[in-house]
Amino acid sequence: MTNVKVDAVAKTYGSTKVLTDISTDFVEGSFTSLLGPSGSGKTTLLRIIAGFIKPDEGVVTIGNNDVTNVPVWGRNIGMMFQSYALFPHMTIAQNVAFGLERRGIKGAAARKEVDRALEMVRLSGFADRMPKQLSGGQQQRVALARAMVIKPSVLLLDEPLSALDRRLRQEMQVELLRIQRESGLTTIFVTHDQEEALTLSDTVAILDKGRIVQTGKPAAVYERPTTRFAAEFLGDSNFLEGKVEGGAVRLASGTVVRTASMLPANGTDVTLAVRPEKMMISAGEPGTNRLDARITTVIYAGPVLSYLLETPDGMSVKLFAQNKDGVVLKQGDTISLDWSPEHTIAVAS
Amino acid sequence: MTQIGRIYLLVVLFFLYTPIIVMMAMGFNESQLYELPFTFSFRWYEALLGNKQLLTAGMNSIIIAVITSVLATSLGTLAATALARRTFRGKSLLQLLLLPPIAIPWLITGTAMLVFFYWSGIGRGMHALLIGHVALAIPYVVLVVGTGFKTIRADLEEAAMSLGSTPVHAFFTITLPLLYPSILGAALFAFAVSLDQFVISYFLATPGYSTLPVQIYSAIRKGFTPEINAISTLLLLGSMTVILIFARFAKPGDTSDKR
Repeated sequence: MTNVKVDAVAKTYGSTKVLTDISTDFVEGSFTSLLGPSGSGKTTLLRIIAGFIKPDEGVVTIGNNDVTNVPVWGRNIGMMFQSYALFPHMTIAQNVAFGLERRGIKGAAARKEVDRALEMVRLSGFADRMPKQLSGGQQQRVALARAMVIKPSVLLLDEPLSALDRRLRQEMQVELLRIQRESGLTTIFVTHDQEEALTLSDTVAILDKGRIVQTGKPAAVYERPTTRFAAEFLGDSNFLEGKVEGGAVRLASGTVVRTASMLPANGTDVTLAVRPEKMMISAGEPGTNRLDARITTVIYAGPVLSYLLETPDGMSVKLFAQNKDGVVLKQGDTISLDWSPEHTIAVAS
Repeated sequence: MTQIGRIYLLVVLFFLYTPIIVMMAMGFNESQLYELPFTFSFRWYEALLGNKQLLTAGMNSIIIAVITSVLATSLGTLAATALARRTFRGKSLLQLLLLPPIAIPWLITGTAMLVFFYWSGIGRGMHALLIGHVALAIPYVVLVVGTGFKTIRADLEEAAMSLGSTPVHAFFTITLPLLYPSILGAALFAFAVSLDQFVISYFLATPGYSTLPVQIYSAIRKGFTPEINAISTLLLLGSMTVILIFARFAKPGDTSDKR
């Protein structure tokens, strides 16, 4: 059940290819995050779906309609902006009623819809205030009510939470997810915050240099990154480089590392990614990969301890350890690291 | 420090307003030669009512200023909109070219206009004056309205469009109401530029059609009478009222209700 479909979309500004051959489906009722660094093209893709930008090539479909040539005001989308974008000269009720009015809904009928929308975002009683009398979080919720009240075909969110402080952002995440689940509205969310993307999404699409490099469920993309970029951008990774040798990988130091991933032919260069939290301070368990390294930096972050280490041949390794027993290793200690071949992922570099 | 500041302010206000107050007072003085003692009289206001030339010129000035204000504000606002919200070829050059006319001495602009209007057959008279004044006022309008645009985020219009507004509807329901203090200020500016204008008006006026500054100038050359004080006072009160109304309602410089 596809609701929004982007097919072979490309966009070039001058000599810069902002988007190259983007094809992806957004399933009805799903929450999809477009995740990437600035300049990856994620905002351009969202704006093409919204209709603010016309793609040079390709087709955008919403519902069963090809909307490639339909301007934004004819697409029936709900959009939230980074800056809230509430109309400062209108009351909260007038802001929320704006889209209804454009659809010919006025008077008592509009008032009822506005009340219901404000109730949904827990802002009943704020109808007659002006935007500047509300806090940032409240303004953001008005923006959500305004976008939802028109019963859009798709909800587009352009980093709407990035202007809020941390605690408020987490509250809004919960709120957003609740409202999205209740409404069953297909939602596309642009963010550069990987934690936010993992927390909220049914599907994560990682963009790099105008291409979607990987799409999937958050856990799948996190546990099985296919490229070095995805492994690095979504979470942290250690990268081990070596050559394929007899079904395993021999690093430059001579250490042999085994992996559950499919490997190319013997003698091929290959990059392995290992998440820092999958590595453990050695318990000497059999069947694991092992490295010796010296601790160069200890970062105490409360529940988690981060260790930066260096192997004898100068490779940097990062290790996250749960702060279970309050034992903190010291800088200069040399330890053995263990990790499972299951968590050793061959990635394209 | 505050003492020095206060004295400084008083000196500034003194030199700014004393000549005006004296000028206004002398319009009510009986003596033609501005002699003291002061004898209160409406004599010069009565004389003014009989002075067709001065009254007509005054009326002309106001008409020209109003039309200039309306035309320059409309055209200038459209130009400012394009410069603020659109990208097009030659935009930065256009932006650059808008500013020098403000700095070019009016004498030079006036001479150039006179020569050009003569050469092109536009000639002199009311229409020529209007063209000149509008051309002169537009850069001010673009400047003032353009500054107003900087306080209005472009994503407000985008939000309106996402809710179903066409760009034109978004402009009229969102941008224009937020821009209105700037536009009002710009209109006032254009009005003042036109009402104040002497050099260009002097060059483009004809014997049958002139504005108040031009008429006052020729009247002074013939001989000064307090009638001029009288009409200046009326004009001053008129424009002061307009400005005070504007200051009361638009609060220039206050952008606190916009993001």
